[in-house]
Amino acid sequence: MSNEDKNEKSDQERNPEDRKPEDRTEEKKQAAPEPEPVPVAAPSVVEKTEVKAGTAPDQEPDQPAEEAKRAELVRAAYEHPLPIRMTHWVHAISLFVMVTSGLRIFRAFPSFGPKIPEKVLLEVPKSLTLGGWLGGALQWHFTFMWLFAASGLLYVAYQVTSGHYRTVLFTPRDVPGVWPMARHYFFFGPKPAATGQYNPLQKLAYCSTIGFGLLSLLTGMVLYKPAQFSWLAFLFGGFHLTRIWHFAAMCGLLAFIPGHLIMVLLHGWSNFFSMLSGWKREPEYQE
Amino acid sequence: MITRLESKELKRQSRRQLLKLAPVAALGAFAFLEVGDRLVAAGVRFSDWASGELFRSQHLAQTFSNSEVVPFTKFPYNGYDVLDPKVDLDKWTLTVEGDVRHPGEYTLAQVRALPKISQNTRHICVEGWDVIGSFGGARISDFLKLVGANTSARFLEVECADDYYESIDMASALHPQSLMCYEMYGAPLDRKHGAPLRLQMPTKLGYKQAKYLDTVRVTSVLKPDKTGYWEDQGYSWFGGL
Repeated sequence: MSNEDKNEKSDQERNPEDRKPEDRTEEKKQAAPEPEPVPVAAPSVVEKTEVKAGTAPDQEPDQPAEEAKRAELVRAAYEHPLPIRMTHWVHAISLFVMVTSGLRIFRAFPSFGPKIPEKVLLEVPKSLTLGGWLGGALQWHFTFMWLFAASGLLYVAYQVTSGHYRTVLFTPRDVPGVWPMARHYFFFGPKPAATGQYNPLQKLAYCSTIGFGLLSLLTGMVLYKPAQFSWLAFLFGGFHLTRIWHFAAMCGLLAFIPGHLIMVLLHGWSNFFSMLSGWKREPEYQE
Repeated sequence: MITRLESKELKRQSRRQLLKLAPVAALGAFAFLEVGDRLVAAGVRFSDWASGELFRSQHLAQTFSNSEVVPFTKFPYNGYDVLDPKVDLDKWTLTVEGDVRHPGEYTLAQVRALPKISQNTRHICVEGWDVIGSFGGARISDFLKLVGANTSARFLEVECADDYYESIDMASALHPQSLMCYEMYGAPLDRKHGAPLRLQMPTKLGYKQAKYLDTVRVTSVLKPDKTGYWEDQGYSWFGGL
């Protein structure tokens, strides 16, 4: 800030009454829109601390006071933009409904073999299922499949167009980092340093989940409309086999959930809250 | 990207971001409270509408060679009540009514006189099992021509000797693989498979393939609580594949 600027500012502050009323209403109008969190928030805070330091405009800021103020600031990262949080929770709800109603549908014919003779492959307890009977379960399944699909497409579209996918996409460069992370989690090995929002094992887990989600969607399309999507049915080996792939995709998604929930529990409230508010307090990584 | 915020400012930002999730929370509440029933009813209606839009009237369902067909003894008998409603096959006629130029009683011989289609197609049950079977019969579209049906009417309703009833959209009825089926595996339909005449449509689920046909009606209006035996209890009406 040049001296000239500072003088101009202090002039305005000293004599606010001198200004015309129109000027003030204009100022109010400009102040009305709420600032966007990420880009604007930081500078505005910095400005606030300068003003609070209470030094005369023509003096240098008091160095120790400034440092004390900086120490009061909290390191925070806006990790999860709104579309990510939205789709995360829509997926949490719709995946719950799809799995529980899907298991009820599976109960109607719990086999992947022929109808005659029918061999029960897996007895799913009724208490784990949703819908009450086959028809009810199908209604839940046929309702939430649209939410699950729309949310998935929105998620991928947002990740790709915003460039945010770079935080989560598992690339060949992440391969060497998977084992040290797994060793830390499962065999109490040393904890590798955090280099970004997600560690390589997390990226692998999240990306494989996206893969299983896509598989469940495509196989679901075949089971729902095998005649209309005959080319897709052909790709999966026909209707009969596709039922197995659809079940396998669910198993893949289910395999992710316990680990995910345990990690959320282990990492505490700040980590969980970041998927609600977007902001993570005191992230482990630098940058 | 890491920024430095005052603790108060971080809380304020967090609160504001949290509020933006309210629509999702509302969705969650909707899903698991009493409105759940209405929500899924709307969901099924939407799915049925989408199914109608996805349906391609000339796109054929996959057909199979004779070697891929399951043996006749492994093709399940499936019925909702009795498997043999004791139809008097000698006196049987099919009643045709509604939006047709020639309503009345039609004999099996009249159906058999129409061009015969034989097809090996997959029969898929809503429960999840499927069998590849061999079917023979006349195209529904040929039969509708015979009776002078108004094919711009919206629905085909059928009633059955076992009190089962069904209705299907006209586009599916006119599909080239949709049959008035009187043969399975090259032999006349047996009683438990729906003798003397049943619907057979490889673009529909099993519960749409009504057996022991008794009455066929062409109409543009369905009674809301009488669209199909299972549909009235909550199955999808379109039931298309």
